[in-house]
Amino acid sequence: MKTFIVHFLIAFFGSYVYFQYGDPVLPYNAIWAVAVWVIIMFILWLSSPSYHRSYFHKLPKAFTFILFFLKELVIANLKVAYDILTPNYRMKPTVIALPLSVTTDMEITLLAGIITLTPGSLSVDVSPDCKVLYVHTLYVKHNDVELVKHEIKHGFERRLMELTR
Amino acid sequence: MFENVNFLLIREIISSVLIIIGVMFMLISTIGLLRFPDFYIRMSAITKGATLGLGLILSGMGIYFNEPDMFLKVVLIICFTFITSPVAAHVIGRTAVRNKIPFWDRTNLEEFKDYMHNEHQFHRDHEKDNRPNK
Repeated sequence: MKTFIVHFLIAFFGSYVYFQYGDPVLPYNAIWAVAVWVIIMFILWLSSPSYHRSYFHKLPKAFTFILFFLKELVIANLKVAYDILTPNYRMKPTVIALPLSVTTDMEITLLAGIITLTPGSLSVDVSPDCKVLYVHTLYVKHNDVELVKHEIKHGFERRLMELTR
Repeated sequence: MFENVNFLLIREIISSVLIIIGVMFMLISTIGLLRFPDFYIRMSAITKGATLGLGLILSGMGIYFNEPDMFLKVVLIICFTFITSPVAAHVIGRTAVRNKIPFWDRTNLEEFKDYMHNEHQFHRDHEKDNRPNK
């Protein structure tokens, strides 16, 4: 995480300085600025195995996690939109108690936020000993609560733990 | 090679499509806010719709103007919205449970009974608030 922040700042200032004071070889617009930023990040990432080995493996996982999250966000929105626009409700709201494997405060916060933004669910509360997360879910297939828990645990929680551990 | 391609037109088309999709999501989630049967379901509809709609509208705007400074601000606004809006939803939902806002009658509350029993026994915020001052 620290390495990522340092690399991010180096790439950001590099891109900024290049476009503010460098030669006007590339046209001054947003796409080229982002492209220069990506190139600097990529070069720094290639140099990382010599001093921070796990960062080299974690950055691709972080990008796949963000893409997976955006995909789930769009799918959740389409499901809810379909339910709003058709006259009958397809949803079966359920409050599930999700046992947590993550322990630290930051992981629980991230997981609760991600769950709130994705498949038709709203995280209601964490139990006082931080072991159980109560989630209000809209779509339960075949009245099978365990399946929903399995999907959340093996979709988001596993990926999040791969990143933070 | 790129001499006779109209980049402004391409940018305008992409940004218009993004903005229209974002506005559609916001409109649909607003209809859901009016139409859904229960406080919690309304919450989950409005959080997702508004967040995704705002993200799409802003990224459409950033692509249209196509300046590095503007794009940086757009990306920052999207990041902060994605961080803060679930926190707001979580706090509002928790307050609703504590204040005994009823669930929809078709809601399956099997695993939530113990929790609700405890909360309603120990936290009587709503009664404290409604008590007349002596």
